[in-house]
Amino acid sequence: MSEIALPKVDRTIVSKKDLIVNNLKQFTDKKNVLSELDEIRPYETDALAAYKNLPLAVVLPENTQEVSEILKFCHRENIKVIPRGAGTGLSGGALPLNDAILLGLGKFNKILDIDFDNKCVVTQPGVTNLSITHAVKHKGYYYAPDPSSQLACSIGGNVAENSGGVHSLKYGTTTNNILGVEMVMMDGTICRIGGKTLDQEGYDLLGLICGSEGLLGVITEVTVKILKNPQTVKAALIGFPTIEDGGNCVTDIISNGITPAGMEIMDKALIDATEKFVHAGYPMDAEVLMIVELDGTKSEVEELFKQIKQIAEKNKSNSFKLSKNEKERLGFWSGRKAAFPACGAMAPDYYCMDGTIPRGKLSEILKEISRLSKKYNLGVANGFHAGDGNLHPLILFDGSNKEELRRTEEFGAEILKACVRMGGALSGEHGIGIEKRELMCEAFNDNDIQQQINIKMSLDEKNLLNPGKVYPILRKCAEEGRVHVHRGEEKFPDLPRF
Amino acid sequence: MFTEEKKNSQIFQDSNHLSPTSELEVSELIKEAYKKKFPIDIHGSNSKKFIGYNVQAARSLDFSSLSGVIEYLPEELYIKVKPGTLIKDIENILEKNNQELSFEPTDFGYLKDGKSNKGTAGGCVSCNFAGSRRFKVGSVRDFILGFRGVNGKGDIIKSGGTVVKNVTGYDLSKLVSGSFGTLVALTEVTLKISAKKPSQNTIIIYEKDPKIISDLFNMVLSSSNEISGAVFVPDEPKSKKFTPNKSKAFKLNDLDQEGAFFAFRIEGDQNSIKERIKDISNEMDLKNYKTSNLDIYQSDLFWKSINSLQLFSETKNNLLRAVVPPSKSEKMMSFLKNKYKYFIDWSGALFWIEVPGDQNIKEVKNTIIQNDGYVTIIKKSEDFEFTEKLFTIDDTKLMISKKIKESFDPRGLFNPGKMYKDF
Repeated sequence: MSEIALPKVDRTIVSKKDLIVNNLKQFTDKKNVLSELDEIRPYETDALAAYKNLPLAVVLPENTQEVSEILKFCHRENIKVIPRGAGTGLSGGALPLNDAILLGLGKFNKILDIDFDNKCVVTQPGVTNLSITHAVKHKGYYYAPDPSSQLACSIGGNVAENSGGVHSLKYGTTTNNILGVEMVMMDGTICRIGGKTLDQEGYDLLGLICGSEGLLGVITEVTVKILKNPQTVKAALIGFPTIEDGGNCVTDIISNGITPAGMEIMDKALIDATEKFVHAGYPMDAEVLMIVELDGTKSEVEELFKQIKQIAEKNKSNSFKLSKNEKERLGFWSGRKAAFPACGAMAPDYYCMDGTIPRGKLSEILKEISRLSKKYNLGVANGFHAGDGNLHPLILFDGSNKEELRRTEEFGAEILKACVRMGGALSGEHGIGIEKRELMCEAFNDNDIQQQINIKMSLDEKNLLNPGKVYPILRKCAEEGRVHVHRGEEKFPDLPRF
Repeated sequence: MFTEEKKNSQIFQDSNHLSPTSELEVSELIKEAYKKKFPIDIHGSNSKKFIGYNVQAARSLDFSSLSGVIEYLPEELYIKVKPGTLIKDIENILEKNNQELSFEPTDFGYLKDGKSNKGTAGGCVSCNFAGSRRFKVGSVRDFILGFRGVNGKGDIIKSGGTVVKNVTGYDLSKLVSGSFGTLVALTEVTLKISAKKPSQNTIIIYEKDPKIISDLFNMVLSSSNEISGAVFVPDEPKSKKFTPNKSKAFKLNDLDQEGAFFAFRIEGDQNSIKERIKDISNEMDLKNYKTSNLDIYQSDLFWKSINSLQLFSETKNNLLRAVVPPSKSEKMMSFLKNKYKYFIDWSGALFWIEVPGDQNIKEVKNTIIQNDGYVTIIKKSEDFEFTEKLFTIDDTKLMISKKIKESFDPRGLFNPGKMYKDF
């Protein structure tokens, strides 16, 4: 396990474990309170499996009132609380602490109201992202944000991390697609923010909660917007001879006023890896492969693909293939979606990074990553949500070699620092969690971070809700772990990650 | 200004009305005010000053001189500006590259004095009033990529950046949007911009039955034809309490001035527009209605009129802005009837309602709240008695908002009382 600084364990809390567990059983059914080692072991980590830590106990409440009672009790007794959705997060946001209660929202698994008149769904937070689309697809609707883990990740977790996905280029991330939440504050106060109306008056508390990584409140209900399926969806595979050509094409498409539903880029290493893994039929002579997806009316999609083809040719594309049918379109995506397992097959371990850069810096960052790859003597495969500048380099290494692990961590931190230097951000969609906590000072100065901490302390004055996450504990730019996958022991190995 | 203060301050000049021209100057002024506990009236060009309560403050910080474009990268789809930059100027710059602010900032100028005034970028962000595309593209808050500003202690802070995807710390850009200058004195905002669609058409349907209008709104929201605006403009009340100006506000060749109408907008290239209008004609059974089609020029003027509230130009009455779930639009219309002058935007979700000074605002407010909506009293008549709160908020949210306010502005110096009496 990798080492990371965590808040100091309060031994008095640990010594009162039995008492605390008994108290928790007053607020919910006894079977919902887990305290034996074999019961709590599954909760010791989330999908950032490099870090493991056991909680004091796990409690799985069944309704908002129970959450409120539990938080009120923990607030009074100064017990830390770690909220957890499906545990699919990649930045360690749900990593337990030895003196903290892990509050799992897994039993909040019902869709409460499907309101086609108001084009929204009211759901409990433990419902998976994809279930929402499944619940409305019979009438031709869907929920737009589509993180790659959508089969398993919960909508409550999506709110906490402001999850995006391939289609966030056109449809935005979670924050642009939710209308309201019910949440419980650390002192047990139940609060409803928004509802079925657009926007809300006063401070945009919904915008604040979305992406707050479980530090400000526990989400107990979410109202999401649903959209009508587009009439036509088509994708194109476009190959380029150089990184610059591919990068320039991304910028040219956007600056020509075209907003694709999704626009991905893969480098040669990832093309080779995925092609070997799923045989998606990718052009092997391409140094860079772009997948562009458009949706809309038939004539609009056709017209825009004509324009994209011209833009691609101007940027020296060496292949252009437009999907003829739905099967072919999904085939184009199959390689991209197999990026993680394909890299898992190439090396004992890989680290997945998540940074953003301005679109125009795509070739610059790819060159920098390539330079760093040589410097650290480590392989890397690059997959980008290119349309919105979100990159996911996968660094290949052998974790059993301590020196190689150290080099990998340095490599990863240098990539993120380069993102910030080029005008981007430390995280596009995985969040900060514990993973990039100490790198926050690369992007923000003390005043910026202090203002954020002031907000946290104004709503959770005892710093009991998910402490040790997001904000630097060390206040130095230490290089820390990314998504560390060892010998295929990835958490949720069956989930596509892209 | 007292002599003692003058002595202590290098920056405070001869007046209590100060116009800083740099971020550092803003920071110094606020640090000084923090030390001396002076409340500050923070404002831009005052185009929306009449919204909210009057601010009682010792000092006035005018941000209209802190203006100018800092960085505009058309290919990166963002523009970074100082807060005093006029929205009109930003739109002119974007127009040259066929780009726009697709959230259509509401123009409150006609309401105030009968002419256009969209105010400043800082004001636009601080008030968060988005126009007709809201239900499709999002609100002002969805287009703020980042900001720099000064908090109530005088510290310069920033949040977000210039990229669309960014999960690094709390999204303070959202919090600042709609905060009416009570949290941060903005010194820089980065706005996400969009490509302007090559063409547009607006279809007018002459209809007034609330049930049919409500069904049409629902069809707009259910359509996959990417409709980017849908409004209903009813007949104007005959009462002398209202000034009739519908025919002036919508004076267009292909728009019949008589009677109520429903209108929706399609944007894109010409072929796509034609294809979609054909599809929508089937979806809405348009052959059963009297309709007309506004070409690109008329359509553009039509939505400008809608988004500048020209229907209520220079009104002396109260003006309410209500947002309800769209399914409640029929109930709302049945209540408003011909008693109030109003129109509906956001495909059934946004109501602009004119209520004469002597009429009961409470009754209108209660109806909105009963229909799960919220309401802001935007413009107050001369005899407005302040018995009704201007903004809607429940006690829990008020408590949370107060704590957040204190985290930014611990001494409560910024625009005190602008939104709520408590802070």
